[in-house]
Amino acid sequence: MKVKEENLKLTRNQWIRIVVALAVVLAISACGKKKVASAPPTSPPPPSPAPTASLTANPNTIQAGQASTLTWKTDYATDVTIDQLGKVDPSGSRAVTPAESTTYHLVAKNDSGTQEATARITVVSSPPPPPQQTSSGTDEQLFSENMKDVFYDYDSYDISAQYQQVLQADTRFLKQHPNMKFTIEGHCDERGSTEYNLALGDNRANAAKQILAQLGISADRVRTISFGKEKPFCTESNESCWQQNRRAHFVYQK
Amino acid sequence: MKRYRAILLVLFVLFAIAGMSAQDWIRTGTGLGVEKVRLAVPDFKLVTTDTGTQNLSAIFNVTLWNDLQTAGIFDMVSKSFYPLSVPGAPQEVHLNDWSSPPPNASMLAFGNLGIQGASLNVQGWLYDTKNPQSPQVLGKQYREPANDANARLIAHRFADEIILRLGGGIAGVAETKLYFVSKRSGSKEIWQMDYDGADQKQLTHLGSIALSPHVSPDGTRVAYSGVTKEGWQILMYSLELGRAVSFQHFGGDNYSPAWSSDGQNIAFSSSRTGNTEIYSVSSTGGSARRLTESKGPDVSPTWNPKTNAQIAWVGGRSGLPQIYTMASDGTNVVRVTDQGYAVSPSWSPNGQFLAFAWIRHYGPGAPGASDIYVMDVASKQWAQLTHEEGRNDFPSWSPDGRHIVFQSSRTGRVQIYSMLADGSEVRQLTTAGENTQPNWSFK
Repeated sequence: MKVKEENLKLTRNQWIRIVVALAVVLAISACGKKKVASAPPTSPPPPSPAPTASLTANPNTIQAGQASTLTWKTDYATDVTIDQLGKVDPSGSRAVTPAESTTYHLVAKNDSGTQEATARITVVSSPPPPPQQTSSGTDEQLFSENMKDVFYDYDSYDISAQYQQVLQADTRFLKQHPNMKFTIEGHCDERGSTEYNLALGDNRANAAKQILAQLGISADRVRTISFGKEKPFCTESNESCWQQNRRAHFVYQK
Repeated sequence: MKRYRAILLVLFVLFAIAGMSAQDWIRTGTGLGVEKVRLAVPDFKLVTTDTGTQNLSAIFNVTLWNDLQTAGIFDMVSKSFYPLSVPGAPQEVHLNDWSSPPPNASMLAFGNLGIQGASLNVQGWLYDTKNPQSPQVLGKQYREPANDANARLIAHRFADEIILRLGGGIAGVAETKLYFVSKRSGSKEIWQMDYDGADQKQLTHLGSIALSPHVSPDGTRVAYSGVTKEGWQILMYSLELGRAVSFQHFGGDNYSPAWSSDGQNIAFSSSRTGNTEIYSVSSTGGSARRLTESKGPDVSPTWNPKTNAQIAWVGGRSGLPQIYTMASDGTNVVRVTDQGYAVSPSWSPNGQFLAFAWIRHYGPGAPGASDIYVMDVASKQWAQLTHEEGRNDFPSWSPDGRHIVFQSSRTGRVQIYSMLADGSEVRQLTTAGENTQPNWSFK
């Protein structure tokens, strides 16, 4: 018995070696990619993909009494309904004559999920107005609804990629309304000095104008002015408000 | 042992910093190393004693004392040290009483004041107390219609005479004016006041936004920038006619006008080409000459008033705004500040210094607010005049080169203050509404 006990009692050095070896093994296994080998489980049959659906109306603006054609297409659906028509084939088309403006709503279902699609038909009681006229109130509203401002970083008049895209969208709108004239106002947040902020605001307004010019908006449609930090949009002293004020602001010119 | 060394190191660094910042508090002013003149100014003796005279005399005494105290060259002897009997005329003066302790004055200003009919009459003398043989340095007589404004005016004139005699030949500023922006009427307009904050009155009635007033060297017109139907333009207000007078309009936005000290030219910032640049135009109108040509904002020009051969301005070409100088034809551009956010330069009358607003350490978490600094243009050595009380901006030199007026938000709402060019004797000049961008007259 005595001999066994002696053999079993490890020296301090031997303990250390074992602990270190264990630590190394643990470290290696932690660093390396885990490769877990396991037997493949018995899996249920693969589920069908979720359905896809699309719905269009052509034309989407009609006069009362006229017809429009609804066209729809779905994939993988087992059940397709359009609210106003009831159950329909997975894909198809149908002529409709709504009495008033309607949003048609399609729902495509299967065991995996549901997909919806809509199409709106606008019914006007008189011929649509010619594009040039309309009172300036409507034009001004249209302008402020569609023209998005450009925002800037601190002490900068660079236009980021995000706002280059905003200007592209603004350009599309402006090209649809070639008679609209407007002013670009340059603004700054409250932290800088009065005169420097006037100049920075001018640089901001002109940076936006230059991009618009490159995109094809003629300079004689555009005026610029700087308001520096004189006409803030908000007055709180925090970054969220400061960002609101660092902008090129579009204003419709009557 | 290691901890002890670390503590020593920290203490050493702290002492070093304290030592450095102590050097920021410099002394400028006339005759460095020369002791200030000890001046005694008792209240003027009343010749007539009705309430009218008493009122005007109170105004006169306070104004005279304030003018002399803020001149920056006197050590005013406190009135509590004066002898009980106060002289009103030369024969009543006992020089010994004034030259010995407790007053220990080397100069004595005294006189009398009264109302006769509708006139305010003042007689004033300046005596050298150490020269009993012939003490009179100055003897003056004034008569003006009796009212508050003239009580102040006579005091200002007498003070200026004393300052001229005792201040090394440099004229005092007691009769100078300040032009500034005030929003107290509801919108930003150009206002005027005396150099000590008295008699504040509205000049322009633009109704939109008026900024950056700069009075002409001859004191007849105030140039400023205002929003018009054609954007920002350089506008003129005639002080002689009491109304706006026409000035040339330019394309784009035009602002921050500055007169050369000979009244010939106005430098300003214009965005007519899209990018703001500094231009110069004859003060009688004409075509503007472009002086700068670089990306980034360029604004706030100021002429070297000694030579008119140089202009300092603010440029954003390297990022945050910095101060630059150039020759007045646009050549020889030199960058003056090396870091931070530097704006609003004002060139001293002797051509030697630029005062400006500086946030030296800039960035999130960096200490330091916007303070007024003075820099020697040749050596680039600078001194910090205000010390992190609010945001301080738009310094403007007085014509005697001893004072600076500026705006500060140290009490919450931004107001206008004056101080000596070493940062001492700070006085608040405005209290109503919001007041900014002060400009000191040339004379």
